Amino acid sequence: MSFIEAHGIAKSFAAREGPRHALADVSIAVDQHAFVSIVGAMGSGKSTLLGILAGLVEPDAGRVLVGGEPVRGVRSDAAFVFQNYSLFPWFSALENVRLAVGATSPQLPRAQQTETARRALEQVGLGNAASRRPGQLSGGMRQRVALARALATRPALLFLDEPFGALDALTRETLQQELARLCQSAERPVTTVMITNSVEEAILLSDWIVPIVPGPPATLGEPIPVNLPRPRTVSQIAHDEDASRARAHVLATLTASLRPSSRRRWTAGAQPAVVEG
Amino acid sequence: MSQSTTTVAKPPVPRFPTLPVAALGRQLAVPLAAVLVFLALWSWAAASIETSLGRIPGPVGVWRQAGALWADHQVERAKAAAFYDRQAARHAAILAADPAAAVTVAAYTGKPTYIDQIGTSLLTVFAGFLVATLVAVPLGILCGLSPTINAGVNPFVQIFRPVSPLAWLPIVTIVVSALYVSDNPMFEKSFITSAITVALCSLWPALINTSLGVSSIDRDLMNVATVLRLPWWTKLVKVVIPSSLPLIFTGLRLSLGVGWMVLIAAEMLAQNPGLGKFVWDEFQNGSSDSLGRIMVAVFTIGAIGFLLDRVMHAVHKAVDFSRAQ
Repeated sequence: MSFIEAHGIAKSFAAREGPRHALADVSIAVDQHAFVSIVGAMGSGKSTLLGILAGLVEPDAGRVLVGGEPVRGVRSDAAFVFQNYSLFPWFSALENVRLAVGATSPQLPRAQQTETARRALEQVGLGNAASRRPGQLSGGMRQRVALARALATRPALLFLDEPFGALDALTRETLQQELARLCQSAERPVTTVMITNSVEEAILLSDWIVPIVPGPPATLGEPIPVNLPRPRTVSQIAHDEDASRARAHVLATLTASLRPSSRRRWTAGAQPAVVEG
Repeated sequence: MSQSTTTVAKPPVPRFPTLPVAALGRQLAVPLAAVLVFLALWSWAAASIETSLGRIPGPVGVWRQAGALWADHQVERAKAAAFYDRQAARHAAILAADPAAAVTVAAYTGKPTYIDQIGTSLLTVFAGFLVATLVAVPLGILCGLSPTINAGVNPFVQIFRPVSPLAWLPIVTIVVSALYVSDNPMFEKSFITSAITVALCSLWPALINTSLGVSSIDRDLMNVATVLRLPWWTKLVKVVIPSSLPLIFTGLRLSLGVGWMVLIAAEMLAQNPGLGKFVWDEFQNGSSDSLGRIMVAVFTIGAIGFLLDRVMHAVHKAVDFSRAQ
């Protein structure tokens, strides 16, 4: 049984030229403890879909179920990492993480919340930068703090919206490994949905890749499994056959939409993608 | 065998950094020169204009008047000190003769000096500013958080913002006279009237800027607050207010500036014993010193306004976290 299920999601936005249908009749299902990446180009409606799955955005139609229960707002066991760090600039890194811990577990005494926050920062390698403000941290460090904040609350669901999109290539690689390690060693197994525009990143981190084909309205392609053993390294997947096959498959799906003849095929209707695993 | 000689370059002799002459020139010399030109023009103009109150005093005359006001202040203080000394001596003598006698301590009833008047003005403007802040900031936060409340408050802001303090004064005076009745008032009626008028005129910049600051919080930060499921009080204190502090302080700084300007007019008409009343009294007095004293007041008002602004600017910078980024 799938842990996260979405059926018939539709979302439109008002625009000057008329309503823009970002999503129309999109369905997706994610199994428990799976790591699913949604890969697509910019502006393809990925962030909207993720927002709807997380409960941050209300869909115009359709419903989202987590563990069989309908989603109403953000769940207390869900964590979200934004593309643009989104740390509070007037608090230190430690206070940013502690705020999240305090909001999830208000019954804990303050000292214990701070201790949990400190441990989370140590796990991402920022133990000695805890008292610095986001303005004094580099982009990579800020995103580490964002990861620490997300994982400090021991979430059951983790949503990542292009978490490394705003970083340079070298930092991105480092943090991808970091995220893989954190997800492996998390105290509580996490069901993760990540958005990325990098196929390599998706292959490195996920169990399933779902390509999203831009619309409007956006449609989801057939989910592609990535059956590589963990832990994975960049050099490993560069030469692995399975990885190459998956990469080719994803790219074919994404670029197929760009050919004029196929555009008619994809926008004809809903392409439900059911992910099992 | 030829030896290859390698010459090692001598390390450069450290020199003192050259003075940034151009920058210094711009920041110090030019304003200084401009002030000197202004003083020269003033002296020339003063000598050429005859008014009903005598010649307009030039810089020297004004300086002399400033000295006279300071000397008056010293004299008054000395008289007050002497009065209290005499009273203490009298009381000691009475109590020595009869320890059970009742002695009442009388206050010195001399007229307020120029320095006292400056003090009164500052006290009044801060009282008015405090009232304005206590009204404008919470109301601004409400307006920023709720477009509905903003739509309701906005018409009043637009209509009342341009109203001059001179128009508010009669209404405020009458209302204060009617409502502020007590046998032993803590504050003078004129003080209350001036403070409320200052508050009424200066609360608008703070209100508008607070509302703007709260309504323009970064969407991402509000999303984070939603994702963390922060309770509304935590969201207000830890997200909304810190995020809008820079604009709130801009509004407060503008408010203080407006308040100081409004104060002088309000004091003139409400007869609050501050700088405004000083100017009015000197004008009514019509002595040969009056123009000079009024000019001293003008420069004093300007200098204090500038200092107040600098203080607010320093406080603003202290809370501006965006500079750290």
